[in-house]
Amino acid sequence: MQNWRKILFKEKAVKYTLAAAASMSILIVLLIFTFLGKEAFGFLYEPGLKELFHTRWMPVSSQRESFGLVPLICGSLLVTTMATIIMIPFGVGASVYIAELAKPRERETLKPFIEILACIPSVVIGFFGLLIIVPMVKKVFGLQSGYNALSGAILLALMAIPTVISISEDAIRSVPKDYKSASLALGASKMQTVWRVIVPAALPGIITAVMLGIGRVIGETMAVMMVTGNSALITGNPTESVRTMTATIAAEMGEVPFGSTHYKALFCVGIVLLIATFILNLIAFKILKKYRMIG
Amino acid sequence: MVKIKNKSKVVVNNLSFYYGDTQALFDISMDIPQKQVTALIGPSGCGKSTFIRNINRMNDTIDGTRVEGEILLDGNNIYRKGMNIVELRKNIGMVFQKSNPFPKSIFDNVAYGPRIHGEKNKSRLAETVEKSLKGAALWDEVKDRLDQNAMGLSGGQQQRLCIARALAIEPEVLLMDEPASALDPRSTARIEDLIGLLSQDYTIVIVTHNMQQAARVSDFTAFFYEGELIETGPTDEMFTKPKKQKTEDYITGRFG
Repeated sequence: MQNWRKILFKEKAVKYTLAAAASMSILIVLLIFTFLGKEAFGFLYEPGLKELFHTRWMPVSSQRESFGLVPLICGSLLVTTMATIIMIPFGVGASVYIAELAKPRERETLKPFIEILACIPSVVIGFFGLLIIVPMVKKVFGLQSGYNALSGAILLALMAIPTVISISEDAIRSVPKDYKSASLALGASKMQTVWRVIVPAALPGIITAVMLGIGRVIGETMAVMMVTGNSALITGNPTESVRTMTATIAAEMGEVPFGSTHYKALFCVGIVLLIATFILNLIAFKILKKYRMIG
Repeated sequence: MVKIKNKSKVVVNNLSFYYGDTQALFDISMDIPQKQVTALIGPSGCGKSTFIRNINRMNDTIDGTRVEGEILLDGNNIYRKGMNIVELRKNIGMVFQKSNPFPKSIFDNVAYGPRIHGEKNKSRLAETVEKSLKGAALWDEVKDRLDQNAMGLSGGQQQRLCIARALAIEPEVLLMDEPASALDPRSTARIEDLIGLLSQDYTIVIVTHNMQQAARVSDFTAFFYEGELIETGPTDEMFTKPKKQKTEDYITGRFG
């Protein structure tokens, strides 16, 4: 009898330990929100929320310091938009090829390389950017310097493409084979079947893949800091140097006096970033849910 | 073998078929008469579905398959070198066991075939869609909601939509692979009535595991067993006085 109690106790102990481990994520998310909010909160009093809409980011200045997020948001937006434009054709094209057109042997060769590309540390990708992409962009466009938004976008697209490929490949593979048979039996060619039936049927999954890719691009820091030149300009020109939100936090956080306005401003940048990625992930999740691709 | 008096639409000569090293069809020869319904019966795995999928070369899409012998459509071997498979599948429509409409509107489903074959004219497309849906006895039920997603139709309606989609490319032969096996009795009866109507204009080959269905809808029957064609003949003769013992055993329900 006692033995049975012992077993019950053990069962419960294990269950609650595992539950605690599983709940950690909730706790951590709450803590992150709390502390980001707490540190940024002081900015609302001094110098006030309005300061964030200033058009200049000049946190250290002998005349007037300004903490406008506009150039940083603009930088992130420009790099992200361009990275997305690059990533969609390559990512979706590759996933269509791997899922539908590649022979089994080609697929088995391609997939490991895509997975390796997905797990290369961003700093290492940054090296590749410095050595190859930056000089290439400089040469191709005949610029003074290759440290610009375009180099950053190419690098970021490179990092996001593996994510886009594997998620949209799953989506394409989960399209029922019946659609393919029906289309082929009507005399459609393989390409017509892919573009008119399979890709449209997989579209929700493909959109989600791109959304998650964009999420990765917005949040990426290291590689983008190494190649974008980091001047906080408001520009729509891909060949100009820009500074993203992530790069700003990473570059300045180490030197900023604790509790200063600059310090609080960096936390505000963090919050904006968090909201942006949160919204993107939410949209991706909603699309998946709507088309019942996940429970 | 019974010689069929009607003109043959499809003639099969010594057809053997292999999945890799496994032989699925053994030296099949038979005639499929024009504008008649030919039913293929036999127990599961006897090769009747494999056979029907050879007639429009759908088996080509499976890796590692091999064909010997020939199938003549209007006298031309469809397995000859340089055969235009797009043209072949335009002439031979197919309806599958599980209804498989595309996740598109009812209109777009039926218009899919004509569109991929290059039809862009809107009024001609609309005409074809109406004619095909009428041909599949579905028009009255869906004419007010052609823009709705086909997935919202009932199982029986979906299967008739698939028939309409196959009719839209104006084929001469219609292959049906157990078209009613997933449907309730009422929808099955509608499909069977439809097959009767369609046989006035089309050569129909239907695979069925349901012998009553074969008896009801077909003019000719072919009995397959373990990849071999055991017997063919007019349906009423096959069901009343089969020539082979195996056929009689199967038809009377002694196995299968």
